[in-house]
Amino acid sequence: MLDNLRGIWCIIAKDMKTYYLKPPAVSWGMVFPVTWTLAFYLRNPVDFKGLIPGLIAMTALFSTTAAEAVVINFELRLGTLERLLLAPINMAAILLGKILGGAIFGFIMSTIVAVTCALFLNFHVNWPSFFLILLPSLLAFSTMGSLLCLLVREVFEAQTLLNLPRFVMVFASGVVYPIEFMPRSLQIFAHFLPLTYAVKGFKSVSTIGTTSLPALHAAILLGFFTLFLFPAIKLLGKKFQ
Amino acid sequence: MTLAIKVSGLVKHYESLVAVNNISFDVKEGEIFGFLGPNGAGKTTTIRMLTGLSRPTAGTIELLGLNINSDVKAKKLIGVVPEASNLYDDLTALENLFFMGKLYGVPKKERCKRAEALLELFRLQEKRNQLFGTLSRGMKRALTIAAALIHNPKILFLDEPTVGLDVMAARSLRKVIQELSYQGMTIFLTTHYLEEADMLCDRIAIIVKGEIITTGNPEDLKEMATKEQAMEFTVSNDASKLIEPLAALTGSRPILINSNTLRCIGATNDLLAHICKVVQEAGVKVIHINTVRPTLEDAFVRITGLSPTVMSAEKGGK
Ligand SMILES: Nc1ncnc2c1ncn2[C@@H]1O[C@H](COP(=O)(O)OP(=O)(O)O)[C@@H](O)[C@H]1O
Ligand SMILES: [Mg+2]
Repeated sequence: MLDNLRGIWCIIAKDMKTYYLKPPAVSWGMVFPVTWTLAFYLRNPVDFKGLIPGLIAMTALFSTTAAEAVVINFELRLGTLERLLLAPINMAAILLGKILGGAIFGFIMSTIVAVTCALFLNFHVNWPSFFLILLPSLLAFSTMGSLLCLLVREVFEAQTLLNLPRFVMVFASGVVYPIEFMPRSLQIFAHFLPLTYAVKGFKSVSTIGTTSLPALHAAILLGFFTLFLFPAIKLLGKKFQ
Repeated sequence: MTLAIKVSGLVKHYESLVAVNNISFDVKEGEIFGFLGPNGAGKTTTIRMLTGLSRPTAGTIELLGLNINSDVKAKKLIGVVPEASNLYDDLTALENLFFMGKLYGVPKKERCKRAEALLELFRLQEKRNQLFGTLSRGMKRALTIAAALIHNPKILFLDEPTVGLDVMAARSLRKVIQELSYQGMTIFLTTHYLEEADMLCDRIAIIVKGEIITTGNPEDLKEMATKEQAMEFTVSNDASKLIEPLAALTGSRPILINSNTLRCIGATNDLLAHICKVVQEAGVKVIHINTVRPTLEDAFVRITGLSPTVMSAEKGGK
């Protein structure tokens, strides 16, 4: 147990240092959501406030998954991941280390965006509830990302595969168009996407909130996290048979 | 004598391919044990199973009495150096060592002490703050081995430790391996270099196509080849005219090493007098007679029936 906890911590610290806190991850995690939002802001500054929860959710999604193809597929390829497996740490701890690394990076980025919006764009939020939504969102996104990465072998395959849910969710999870205005079939589809609950959750904890309960969204996001986690551990094990 | 490694009936299938086919062997504590075989023989597959990176299809493995797949303690007792040097390019030499130390739970004070000692042992002190990715191939290899030693393991696994290194780097690495062995560490290494196995190993298992053909110390293996005794004759002038008469005498055609030197297989001491006579009759003078000690290569060829060139074939084509 102690070995595993220490292992998780070592992996997080190392991934932070060598991958996350470097330009590629930072730019992918930040620049994309920011430019995207700026485009909408310039088109319609008046209604922009309504887009902030979506912006934060999107930042969380993009930043947590920004370097996962590298921390997983690239390391599998180089054989550095093997090194972790030789150490007195189990498979679940290795994967959790990888997942939490992405989640912590996502936490930093999303919090920066949220605080900036609160300071300069008049975005009011109940902070404890905000983190109640943010933390499970990060876990769900990061685990989803690692699951997809483990489905393929090469880094570029993983990057391509990761783009699919990223862009599908940006369009179908109510980041820009409220789900209520979408066709019925898409509304049903949206219920299967974790980003939907993150967006709803962030809306519910800000002043533009709908009436729905933040705790419910948090619980559903945690559900996604466990749903993704177990097959991901299995897949990682399969790479070493 | 305690056994460091005890393997019995080990099998590994990759779908229809049998990579390792029912091998059994023991490695005693403190021994340098070598797995010698050509590329594709199943050396890496075996090491991966021994170190818990790959599940055997069948068979059992004990490391100091522990099961690597179920006993976390076993993982702390072994250090593993894979075929490719696989530390982190973006960390410095020292950071890599510290990372590995942390991963294995080596306390901070000891971690620093050991990292220093290892940098010194591998002569990497000056490279301590250089990124791993910028080190030379030989230094990468050395640091990868150092990293496998940071938690002071009882058994060290080395997969083709000197492959791709220049002569000097390979030599100094072998020296360190010997040094570790003197200090009591058990070492399991694979190689496809005959001389390396000969120089380093206390015992060797020859593995071909997933099967162990024979196990023994290098001297024993060479002994198996001595049945074919050979002598080399260096003579004053053209040696080629000796080929026919000597062939008639020994029953085996001598090999012309150069214009003045012949290797005569089957030339025993008993035949020496006759040989000298034949030489004299041919009108040449003997300058030098040398009994040829069989090399491990001769033994390998004799034991496996393979051409020695299979060993020099580097990875590539496939
Ligand atoms: N992951 C794998 N999947 C399928 N075949 C493999 C795998 N790893 C090794 N092999 C095959 O197993 C055989 C033994 O390989 P290996 O153990 O790497 O040999 P060596 O290390 O002695 O060169 C080879 O035929 C190789 O192609
Ligand atoms: Mg190999």
